[in-house]
Amino acid sequence: MTTLEMSAKPAVPVRTPRVNLKQEGERFALVGAWLLLIVTFGILMPDSFLSWRNFSTMFGSQAVLVVLTLGIIIPLTSGDFDLSGASTLTMSSMLIGVLNARDGWGLAPTLIIALASGLVIGAVNAFFVLYFRIHSLIVTLGVGTFVNGLILWISKSQTISGVSMSLVEWVIINRLFGIPLAFFYALLLAAVIWYVLEYTIAGRRLLFVGRGREVSRLNGINVDRVRAVSFIVSGLIAALAGVFYAGMTGSADPLSGLNLLLPAFAAAFLGATTISPGRFNAFGAVISVYFLVTGITGLTMLGADAYVQNLFYGGALVIAVALSQLVRNRQPQEFS
Amino acid sequence: MSDNAVLHLNNIRMRFGSFQALKGVSLSIRRGEVFGLLGQNGSGKSTLIKVLAGFHQPEEGSEVILWGQTMPLPLDQMDIKKRGVAFVHQHLGLIASLTVVENMRVTALGTRSPWFVNWRREARRVAEQFAAFGLSIDPFATIAQLSPVERAFVAIVRAFEDLKASDAGHGGEGILVLDEPTPFLPAEDVKRLFGLVRSIVTTGASVVIVTHDIDEVRDITDRVAVLRDGELVDILDTRTTERQAILDTIVGSRIDAFAKARGGEVSPAAVTVQGVVAGGASPFDLAIGEGETLGVTGLIGSGFASLPYALFGAARAAGRMVLGEQSVDLGRLTPAAAQALGIALLPGDRLGAAGIGSLSITDNITLPVLPDHRGLLGLDRPGMVRKAGHLSDLHDVRPRRPELPLGSLSGGNQQKVLLAKWLQTKPRLLLLDEPTQGVDFGARQQIFAALDRAARDGTAILCASTDNEQLEQICDRILVFSRGRPVAELRGAEITRKAITEACFYSESQTAEAAE
Repeated sequence: MTTLEMSAKPAVPVRTPRVNLKQEGERFALVGAWLLLIVTFGILMPDSFLSWRNFSTMFGSQAVLVVLTLGIIIPLTSGDFDLSGASTLTMSSMLIGVLNARDGWGLAPTLIIALASGLVIGAVNAFFVLYFRIHSLIVTLGVGTFVNGLILWISKSQTISGVSMSLVEWVIINRLFGIPLAFFYALLLAAVIWYVLEYTIAGRRLLFVGRGREVSRLNGINVDRVRAVSFIVSGLIAALAGVFYAGMTGSADPLSGLNLLLPAFAAAFLGATTISPGRFNAFGAVISVYFLVTGITGLTMLGADAYVQNLFYGGALVIAVALSQLVRNRQPQEFS
Repeated sequence: MSDNAVLHLNNIRMRFGSFQALKGVSLSIRRGEVFGLLGQNGSGKSTLIKVLAGFHQPEEGSEVILWGQTMPLPLDQMDIKKRGVAFVHQHLGLIASLTVVENMRVTALGTRSPWFVNWRREARRVAEQFAAFGLSIDPFATIAQLSPVERAFVAIVRAFEDLKASDAGHGGEGILVLDEPTPFLPAEDVKRLFGLVRSIVTTGASVVIVTHDIDEVRDITDRVAVLRDGELVDILDTRTTERQAILDTIVGSRIDAFAKARGGEVSPAAVTVQGVVAGGASPFDLAIGEGETLGVTGLIGSGFASLPYALFGAARAAGRMVLGEQSVDLGRLTPAAAQALGIALLPGDRLGAAGIGSLSITDNITLPVLPDHRGLLGLDRPGMVRKAGHLSDLHDVRPRRPELPLGSLSGGNQQKVLLAKWLQTKPRLLLLDEPTQGVDFGARQQIFAALDRAARDGTAILCASTDNEQLEQICDRILVFSRGRPVAELRGAEITRKAITEACFYSESQTAEAAE
């Protein structure tokens, strides 16, 4: 440098980011909407809706959906869809039904097999997506349907009841503050996922892989390994949700768990509009699940028909994605 | 103004932020001529073509007159096509997995029925169109099955068909614009391509061809406009102008603002690479000294651009690289392994390959040093923000707010962040691909200064670029590539912008002759 000298810049003090009201409003808009919903139904049905009993039932019974949602946000963060989540959940609960209730296995080996089924399904997804370079939507849709077939096969299309009472006790009967333990398991898992995504190197890598595969590759991240692990972890968590599902109902039926797929995606995308807007995040997912469930429970108690569920979950998914697009200023989404 | 001019561009001015890309360019194209547009990278050729194609909105006072009619600006892409101006861009705009006939028909303007496509008849017509130019290309072959020159033929014939279908086409007129169609073609195929261009001109259409290559200009064009730094330097009659005269017009002479203090001493080699093959051609060796900045350059397509990626394990390559005591096989090198060896790569595509626009400066800048920020309770997020703030100060990133998404910064500031990201790791070898593309003047000098500091600390730097001004400012030594391997070396005082350009053009024609 001969003519242009670098002028020594005076050190500017670190400007502490001011609290941005608009941003904070955006972060907690969903929480506000949830409270509004509770107040509305509370005014309409002060006795039945506003009872602790109602809320504790809601918190407990929807823990399965929370866990499933937490499972799918991991591949969503790394840029992949896992549509086989609900099938994995049902498979895991059906394995508990078949092995524990029908064949009389002990609880511990049954749970190990059930969770292992999630690992296997996740690994199969990862293999087809990464080895053959197929879009995750197609692979997980196919694998999920294949697993649905397996479930009907091993269960002979029957609901199997009589799951070990100790599992049922530890999931739904034992309570803390009147809320079934399942709720606290879900919260604990949410905390773990939040910690991993925000405060570990693995979580940073997951986020970078989801935002830019080429950038991640050129920064020395093993993109395929990150994506494979995210599929496997997603399978494992979905299988865990299946364990809770079996414990919740004390039985395993081959179909009802499959209905949780859409609510889980609705909650995941709605969750990405809150707490950390623009990112799939664990506590956003938890709040979204309970927001959606509160709406449905309230409407059902008001006497609405069963179709309200579909209206609510389907509508919420589309509106949630539309809202998250507004957050991103309507740039095209890249789910590659 | 000649009477048979079909297109006048008057006083075209184009500005990107503070950068004046076109400073009032005026020229006109005559009926039935091949008109060349020549200049170095960044001279404004592509910008001018993009104004004509309707991608850019020129400033007030610019005027485009097509067939005697003044057009509203910015030009409407569909309108200009209907009036008979067709473009073949460098990437050709073909979809590799579809057949020739599908690619030919995707832009056809004809009045075919929207309800039914008779593919056999379309294929027959396409085959006839090819036959009219003496080409035999199977209409049902996919583009991927064709050779590179055949793909170029398909794109050019398609554009020519658009001309014939346009309003101007009825009189046999039209303007076909070819934007650098030849860099990836061998000399033999360039001749065939020019044969096609000549037969198009005989129909009465005009052809504008944008190129780097003086020999091509002399071969095919009637007149050539030379641009330099956004200004039209001269319009030359190619048949009566000598090669050297064209070259001198391209390079010009300019006042140099900056010069690097180049030490004469030869430092020990920090990195040596043996038998490297990157993107075809024959193997070659190269060495970079400790604290040395080596530039690699050449014309587009000459193979220098893939070298940084090859040495980082991010592109297919073969050969051995020795760094200090460690020796690695380039065929097996991965980016993670390269990083562990102390190699850093700053790709040219800032938000597509180097950093993530939707994530914060802090997230981007700390990515390679995350293990240093691990605390007892996981990553120390406030510490990461402090570190990002500190680096922002060091490299004068503005605004100095590490929480902002990277994409919200200007190009120059994005590049400062991405460079700071790698410089904090104190790499042994820093690989750069066009480090100051689209970066404003002030930020460029700051980036050069930062690179200079790193070099003084012993980092070996390899910079792939076609920006000769930049190469002149930062490099100790320059290798000029042609046909996939280095063919000329400039060092010390030999490094001037003019010498680099001359070496690029000469080496290209020499290797072409040697090949023949």
